[in-house]
Amino acid sequence: MTELLGQLPLAAGEGSFWMPPKGSTVALDVDRVFYFIFWTSAFFFLLIVGLAVFFVIRYRRREGVEPGETAHHNLALELTWSGIPLILVFVMFYMGMKAMINIETPPSRAYEILVTAQRWSWLFTYPNGYVDKDLHVPLDVPVRLTMRSEDVIHSFYVPSFRLKKDIVPGKYTKTWFCATKPGRHVVFCAEYCGTQHSDMLADVVVHPAGEFEKWLADASNFADKLPPAEAGKRLYEVRGCMQCHSIDGKAGIGPSFKGVFGKKHAMTNGDMVLVDENYIRESIMEPQAKVTAGYDPVMPTYKGRLKDAEITAIIEYIKTLAEPEK
Amino acid sequence: MSDSDSQRDRDASHQVPPRPPHLAHHFATSKQQFKSGKLGMWIFLATEILLFGGLFCAYAVYRSNHPEIFAYAHAYLDKTLGGVNTVVLICSSLTMAWAVRCAQRDQQRGLVVLLALTILFAFGFMGIKVVEYEHKWKHGLLPGERYRPQGLDDTPESSAETTAAAASKPASTTAASRPATSRAAGTFEERSRIAPAPRGPAGLADDAPDAKPRRPEVRNVHIFFGVYFLMTGLHGLHVLGGIVAIAWILLRARKGHFSSAYFTPVDLVGLYWHLVDMIWIFLFPLLYLIH
Amino acid sequence: MTATTLSYGSHDPDAPNVHDASDNYLTHGQGLRSWLTTTDHKRIGVMYLISVLTAFFLGGVFALLIRTELLGPGRTIMDADTYNQMFTLHGAVMIFLFIIPGMPAIFGNFVLPIMLGAKDVAFPRLNLASWYFYIAGSVFALLAIALGGVDTGWTFYTPYSTQFGGQVIPIVFGVFILGFSSIFTGINFIVTIHRLRPQGMGWFRMPLFLWAIYATSIIQVLATPVLAITLLLLIAERTFGVGIFDPAMGGDPVLFQHFFWFYSHPAVYIMILPAMGVMSEVISVFCRKHIFGYRFIAYSSIAIAVIGFFVWGHHMFTTQSAVANVIFSALTFAVAIPSAIKVFNWLATMYKGSISLDTPMCYALSFIGLFAIGGMTGLFLGSLGTDIHLHDTYFVVAHFHYVMMGGTVTMFIAALHYWWPKMFGRMYSERWGRFACLLIFIGFNATFFPMFVMGSQGMPRRYYNYMEQFKAFHHSATGGSYFLAVGFVIMAVYLLHSLFRGRPAPANPWGGATFEWRCSSPPPHHNFDEPPSVGDCYDFSNLVYDKQVGGYVLKTPDGAGDSEAGR
Repeated sequence: MTELLGQLPLAAGEGSFWMPPKGSTVALDVDRVFYFIFWTSAFFFLLIVGLAVFFVIRYRRREGVEPGETAHHNLALELTWSGIPLILVFVMFYMGMKAMINIETPPSRAYEILVTAQRWSWLFTYPNGYVDKDLHVPLDVPVRLTMRSEDVIHSFYVPSFRLKKDIVPGKYTKTWFCATKPGRHVVFCAEYCGTQHSDMLADVVVHPAGEFEKWLADASNFADKLPPAEAGKRLYEVRGCMQCHSIDGKAGIGPSFKGVFGKKHAMTNGDMVLVDENYIRESIMEPQAKVTAGYDPVMPTYKGRLKDAEITAIIEYIKTLAEPEK
Repeated sequence: MSDSDSQRDRDASHQVPPRPPHLAHHFATSKQQFKSGKLGMWIFLATEILLFGGLFCAYAVYRSNHPEIFAYAHAYLDKTLGGVNTVVLICSSLTMAWAVRCAQRDQQRGLVVLLALTILFAFGFMGIKVVEYEHKWKHGLLPGERYRPQGLDDTPESSAETTAAAASKPASTTAASRPATSRAAGTFEERSRIAPAPRGPAGLADDAPDAKPRRPEVRNVHIFFGVYFLMTGLHGLHVLGGIVAIAWILLRARKGHFSSAYFTPVDLVGLYWHLVDMIWIFLFPLLYLIH
Repeated sequence: MTATTLSYGSHDPDAPNVHDASDNYLTHGQGLRSWLTTTDHKRIGVMYLISVLTAFFLGGVFALLIRTELLGPGRTIMDADTYNQMFTLHGAVMIFLFIIPGMPAIFGNFVLPIMLGAKDVAFPRLNLASWYFYIAGSVFALLAIALGGVDTGWTFYTPYSTQFGGQVIPIVFGVFILGFSSIFTGINFIVTIHRLRPQGMGWFRMPLFLWAIYATSIIQVLATPVLAITLLLLIAERTFGVGIFDPAMGGDPVLFQHFFWFYSHPAVYIMILPAMGVMSEVISVFCRKHIFGYRFIAYSSIAIAVIGFFVWGHHMFTTQSAVANVIFSALTFAVAIPSAIKVFNWLATMYKGSISLDTPMCYALSFIGLFAIGGMTGLFLGSLGTDIHLHDTYFVVAHFHYVMMGGTVTMFIAALHYWWPKMFGRMYSERWGRFACLLIFIGFNATFFPMFVMGSQGMPRRYYNYMEQFKAFHHSATGGSYFLAVGFVIMAVYLLHSLFRGRPAPANPWGGATFEWRCSSPPPHHNFDEPPSVGDCYDFSNLVYDKQVGGYVLKTPDGAGDSEAGR
């Protein structure tokens, strides 16, 4: 089932030249405001530029032709072209306000998901405690997000949902949506947060009716159903390790896991430390304690965020990446 | 510019009566120059008010969000010293205004003496500030990460050295949140007598088994000191700037640059000095006299 | 009132204000020292011109590097950290070293006293000090770049800027010092306009450019101190760990945003108001028609300045409460109206005019179209529902480049060409001037129009990497930026060429009726022997083109028939 979802195309098709496809209930409102402003602006743009071009041609400087005598002011005219724009912008304000109120007012019964933003990944915690790197939600069901940041300001932005909310560290921020289009919708971080700001992506995966619950049950049990090393691999992928630690040997924000287990590595203070179970556990709980030489101390702690069994699984997975003895 | 001014201007350019040495080439009359200087200085004062305004705004935001911090921490400030400083600055404003008056009336000696007195008062103000800052430094009452209160014992403020225990009442007057913990007489650090658990529940308890000293109930007290040092520090810098400006005026006065015909710089520096005084008059109650 | 005869058409060497143009402010006093210690507003204006254009060049280089990197998703010529520094420095240099000081310090300085018939600004030594503050601030900014750069974005949002960000303290301190330059210039201009107006020039007889400068100066004076304290607080937090913006210590990161935007929103009106002031002058002169709706234009400048102080929260719609959002959105729409009024008044000025497409007028026409787009795309951002979708996307980047570049920079160039003959006594090549205008117009739209679509399609800003679907837009933008660069290079070449080989400029090449066209090109050191008599500065009926002179001359001596009072 999850493989099938993985093949659904990025929700496309009904987008317009200007806007991505409408993926949520508020998208309709927002697009309506957008196009009202758009057509009003287009009208005035054509009017203004048209008049300017016409005047330039019609009244171009010609030998012997003096400029016309016209009034230097005309109160009625000036009030008119102040008043009409005033009315129009009031309408834009009002429509925009209504749309925002919709965006800010969640329905009373909503499915709650916790969102954690960190440099540079998203983590979504489901009501049963399962944590994933993508946001899976059921179709046509209001979902309420309670969001927090581990470090600096991030911003949760789903263009198809016309949804954006800044996540300020030190407090919880709430938002909500109701997805109307199955498939994958991209999530961007929309507040500059450092080196990998533009790679801090996730997907909203909207499951058709009845399938969300199945997915959640399946996904949550992976630790039970899978052998520890495979469970560890899954954790590596969904718990934010993957964004900084590669498994192919390439150095990222953090050292690669490939071939790292069982060897001694230099730390920033010059000590040589054996990478064994204890070291990995310590690095997960207190990442600043021993930092590998050549890397910055930027890893967030997972104390309280990973269960004991999960840490064991990760350690087992890293062991599988060790290079075979020569 | 009035008609007579412009007429005088035209006469000036044709008949060559000597322009007074203080009159700059681009001004037609001394009056125009004086009024321009005045307007310029008032606008500058407006910018200073906006500069401090930002800090007052920060003060307002933090005090309304955390009244307990301000109520608790302001008692570490010595009201007497602050009050003396207020009087000192007001006196300095008096001498400054008097000096301007002397300049207006060609009283050269009075001008010089009063400017010197103003500087003396200003130094007095800074001196008391140094005493206060030194006290804060000694007791670790510093902003932000540097806030580490120490060496303060239980007796409430009685002298220049305000003393208080971190875990008990620093001043007996206000009834804001006071930790009800018991304390050993004369000691600062409190230690729990319950043996620490080998490991706390994830994400809850403090880290290491070796207990750190219990903090007082009011958290983030350093915010008050951040605000205090920023506001009084910026003000102090302005006082120093004022001392430099008044000293410069004093030197010029001794050379006889000023008279009833031309005292603009004295007047303008005086305006600046009154603003500096006025800002302190707002700072003092807001920081020292919180009720 | 004694009439002053200004019959310079007669080439009478004894007539006041007629000077051999070879004895002018440029030749008065030789050597670097005479320039560095000058208090002549004209020389100070030229010194600003050189330093500000240097900053524009530097900011432009950063821009080209950004656009080159964005040719492809992922790495093209630099890594992510370097790219993040590029957009930060591009923004900081362009905003604080070019566009905010630019028009007031260069053209305000040069033209304001002359337009008043005065000999200088109210405080000439303070004026020189302003320039030195500008240089000092720039040095710190350059120091930050040299020491390793900054990557916080020009907005320095906390807590990123208090914990990371690179050389934040030098650059923020540099901006702090630049603020003094801005404040002192503002004080100087306000006092000059209040106190040094000539006999007979009431407020409503002033050229509209001066109303614009006045409104700009009010903003400079009132808003910049708030930036100053904001930056001091940022430095205090970074150095002493004060914690005022740190949530872990009870602080509030959003408070920084409020403080920052309280200055930075009015700052954009510092950028646009002088440009609008130049519009009023240029449109009127090159259509040879009295400006339409003088009072409305004058009042709208003040209205923009005032209302502009109350809309800062529209930068924070995705962060703050719904109530705050509603208030700020409503006020944001209010501030749009005075700008609209100006645009219609300029169009009405063109109606039945006699329009000549000299280079300044080409840029003015360009402004009408580009500013219309820039201003109206602001409506999308002022409206709450749409802003939530568009905030922090390329739509915003396109919007502000349309108003800042399509608006301010366009009129900066127009002003440069309009007053170039006056400042340097040389005419530049009209043909090359118009050609460069066309290149710049095409390049600009190719660069920035696609960004609107990218943004509304969801592409966020400050992105090093991007999704494949946006590639074509980025290609257009990058190609357009190279086009723009070529246009600017051509402009630099023909302008510099004119300094050495350009036709000597007459006193009044364009037929303007404001006072700067009454003195020689370049002006003499002291501007005027006697201030010209005040009339209607938008009444062109007394000016006629003289082929011999190669410029405009007065038909009747000034003051002989007192012209109709300006409205």
